Amino acid sequence: MVTRLQKPPKKNPQVRTRVPTLPSHYRSRSALFMAAAAAEGRFMLQVCAEPDCGSVQYPARDACSCCLSDRLVWQDVSARGKLIATSTVRTSTNTYFRERTPWRLGTVHLEIGPSVMCHLHSEVVVGSEVQLINRLDKSGQSVLLALPMEKAQLQEDDMQLRELTCDPKFRRILITDARNPNAYALAKSLLEAGASAVFVGEAESWRPYPDRAKLESLQGVELVSLDVTDTSSVQELAGEFGGKVDILINNARFVRPGGIQGRGDVGFAMDEMQVNYFGMMRLAQAFAPAMAGRSADGVNSAVAWVNVLSVYSLVSNPGFGSFSASNAAAHSLSQCLRAEMASSGVRVVNVYCGPTEDEWHQPLPPPKVPAGALARELVKALQAGLEDMYVGDIAKDIRRKFMESPKVLEKEMTSLEAL
Amino acid sequence: MIKPRKRMGYDGVVVAAPASTPYERYSTETAHWWIAKALRQSIKSAGLTPRDIDGFSVASFSLFPDTAVGLTQHLGLVPRWLDHIPQGGASGPSALRRAARAVQCGDASVVACVAGDTNHVDSFRRMLSSFSRFAQDASYSYGAGGPNACFALLTDYYMREFGVGREDFGRICVSQRDNALRNENAVMKKPLTMEAYLTGREISDPITLFDCVMPVAGAEAFLVMREEDAVASGIPHAHISATIERHNAFAEDPIQMRGGWEMDIDELYGMAGHGPESVDLLQTYDDYPVIVMMQLEDLGFCAKGDAARFIADKDLTVSGDFPHNTSGGQLSAGQAGAAGGFIGLVEAIRQVTGTAGATQVENAKRALASGFGVINYDRGVCTSAAILEGAR
Repeated sequence: MVTRLQKPPKKNPQVRTRVPTLPSHYRSRSALFMAAAAAEGRFMLQVCAEPDCGSVQYPARDACSCCLSDRLVWQDVSARGKLIATSTVRTSTNTYFRERTPWRLGTVHLEIGPSVMCHLHSEVVVGSEVQLINRLDKSGQSVLLALPMEKAQLQEDDMQLRELTCDPKFRRILITDARNPNAYALAKSLLEAGASAVFVGEAESWRPYPDRAKLESLQGVELVSLDVTDTSSVQELAGEFGGKVDILINNARFVRPGGIQGRGDVGFAMDEMQVNYFGMMRLAQAFAPAMAGRSADGVNSAVAWVNVLSVYSLVSNPGFGSFSASNAAAHSLSQCLRAEMASSGVRVVNVYCGPTEDEWHQPLPPPKVPAGALARELVKALQAGLEDMYVGDIAKDIRRKFMESPKVLEKEMTSLEAL
Repeated sequence: MIKPRKRMGYDGVVVAAPASTPYERYSTETAHWWIAKALRQSIKSAGLTPRDIDGFSVASFSLFPDTAVGLTQHLGLVPRWLDHIPQGGASGPSALRRAARAVQCGDASVVACVAGDTNHVDSFRRMLSSFSRFAQDASYSYGAGGPNACFALLTDYYMREFGVGREDFGRICVSQRDNALRNENAVMKKPLTMEAYLTGREISDPITLFDCVMPVAGAEAFLVMREEDAVASGIPHAHISATIERHNAFAEDPIQMRGGWEMDIDELYGMAGHGPESVDLLQTYDDYPVIVMMQLEDLGFCAKGDAARFIADKDLTVSGDFPHNTSGGQLSAGQAGAAGGFIGLVEAIRQVTGTAGATQVENAKRALASGFGVINYDRGVCTSAAILEGAR
C-alpha cells in the first residue's frame, strides 16, 4: 500500500536543514548509455547485433556474453518481467540510503532474458508481473524501479518512486516570466498537478500584458517582481523567495526573427543574450545555491531546475539564427549548471521546444507548439522524472536527426533552401 | 567441441604447515603486516626459512597499490614462481591446485600460499562501493546493502522455493558458534542460542545479524611441497585427493540457486576415488548460511532443496556426527577478507594432520573444503573445492 503523501507543514526555522547526501554515482562509461536513455525515460539494453546471436545483455558490457562480439547495440526493449525475490534493506553503508531505510529492492527476471536488481514500488509483491522503468536517481545516474502492471492508487506518492521524480505535488514553483504567452498555461498545469504555490515573475509591472488578469485569477498564484536582465532584481527576489523555491522554471525568452546580415546591428542579439543566456546565469547565481542546499528538505525539497529552450539550441535555424545562437549558449550553460548541481541532486531539466504558437512565429507554417501542449509536456517531464523532454513534432524530428548525425542535420538546416 | 582430458593426480605433492593469525575486528595495521604474520608462522612451523620459499601465492583485497609482486620486495622473498589469486572466497582451493601443479612439475619446490586482509574502520564501505564494475553499475545503487542485500535476495528465493525457515539457517549459525568457542583466534567469544539468532537485529530481510559475517583483519597460510621433502623433515602433511574450480557457472539461472560445484562434482569424487559419504569433516564457505545449504546440495551430501532436512538430522559440531566448519567458520571466527577463502582449507589441513588442537575431530582422516567467491554482480562467480587426506 502506498502511504498517502502529506502536505508538509510550514518549515520550522529553528530546525537545521539536512545536508543532501547521494547514492553512489560511480558507473562505467558503458553504463552511461543507460543514463542517457533514462534522461528521456526510455528502457534500453544492449542487444547483440550478430545475426546468429541477438542475446540481450545486462549489466552494460563491452562484449557479448554469449558470442564475444563487440557489436552491442542499445535498443528499446520490453521492460516486463517477474519479481522473483525481494529484500528490505534495514542497514546500509551509504548515508543516503541509511537516512531512507527501510528501502526495498528486488530481483526481476525480464521476459527478454536477463535478471536485474531494482528498486521496488511499494505496490509490487514477490511473484507478480512488473513493469520496470529506467530513471536517474539523485546522483544523476541510471537506476531501475519495478512498478505494478496496473497503475496503483496514489502511485506517484510512493517514497522510492518520488526520489526518482520531480513531482510538483506539494512543491512551490517559480515561473520566471509572466509575460511569456506560456505563463498562464504553465501555472495552471502545475497547480492542477498539485503544486502548493506558484510564484510568477513579472518585469516592468506598470506595462500591461494580455494574460495578467487570468494569471491573477488562479488560486495559488502569486505575482512577484522579477526582471532577469536586472541583476539586483534577481538577487532581491532570491533574498526573499530563494528558500522556498522547490522547482524553478526558467521560461524567460527574448525572440525575434533574423540572423546576421538581415539585421543592421547587434541590438536584438544583445537582448537575446541578455534574457536567454545572461538571464539564466543571473538566475542560477542567485537561486541555485539555495536550491542546492535544500535538496533533502523533506516532501517539499528543492528538486528541479527547468529550462525552456528552443530545439534550435542543438542546431541553428537560420531564419531565427541569432535567437538560435543565444539558445545554444543557454543550452551549453545548462550543461554547466548540471555539473554544478550534481552534488546536490537537484535535477536540471531541459525542455526542447519547437516553434511556438505566438506572435513572433506567426508567419511560420504548422506544426507549432501551443502553450497548453508545452505546459502539459513540461509537467509530464517533472512527474515522470525526466531530464530531457522534446515538445512538438518539429522538436522530436530535430532530436531524431541530431541523435543520428549532427553534421547531416547541419547540412540539412544550412542548405540553400533553408532560408 | 573439445572434450576435457582425464585429470592427473597430485602424486608426490603434499600440503602442510597450516597457519592462522588471531582475527581482530579493526586493525591499524596493513594487509602486508597481516600476510607477513601468517607467512612467518607457517614457514617457522615447518622448520624452514624464507629463503626456502621459491613459490609464492597471494590472495588479498586490501594490498592496493601493491600486488604479489610488490609483496616479494616488501617481504624479501625471491620466488621463481608467483601467483596472485583474485577469487576472494574461492581462493584457498584455487591457490592450492595451482601451487600443487607447480611443485609437481618442478617449477617450484616450496610454494607458500597466503591470504590476508586488514580491516580499517572505513575500509569495508570503501571496498563495497568499488568492488567490481558490475557491482558499481548495477547493484550498489540499490540500497547499498552490499553483500547482505545480494544474499538476502538469494535467501528470500531459496526459502520460498524449498519451504525453508529461519530456524533452519539458525542451526548452522548456532553450531558454528559452538565450534568457535574452542578456537581462541575467533572474534566471537560468547555462545549463541537459537533464540538469540531468531531475534537478531534486522539487516536486509530475511537476513538478520547472525546470518552475517563480521569483517575483520587476519591472515591464513599453508605450504605446498614435495612429499619426499616433507617426509625427510618430519613435517606433518596431507595428500591432495582432488580439486575443482569453476567460474560463472549457470549464468542462465535467473537467480543463484546452485554453484559451479554442481558442474564438477563427478570429477571431484571421481578423482578422489570416493564419494561424500567417505569424508570425515566438511569445511564450507559460510558467508551466509544459505550458501552453506547450497554447498551441501551441490557437493552431493543431499539432494537440491534437502539441506534444511539434512542439517536437522545432524550434529554439526566438532564432536557431532557431521563435523562442519570446525573452527567456527567466518560466521563466528570472522571474515578476514580474502582469508575467508582460506579459513576452511587451513582448518582442514590441521584436522587431517591431527594438529587442530581444541577443535580436533576424532579420527579425522579425510576433509572436504570448498570455496565460493566474488559477488561480481548478483551472485557468487567463483567456486572451488579440495579433498585432503592426512598422511598418517
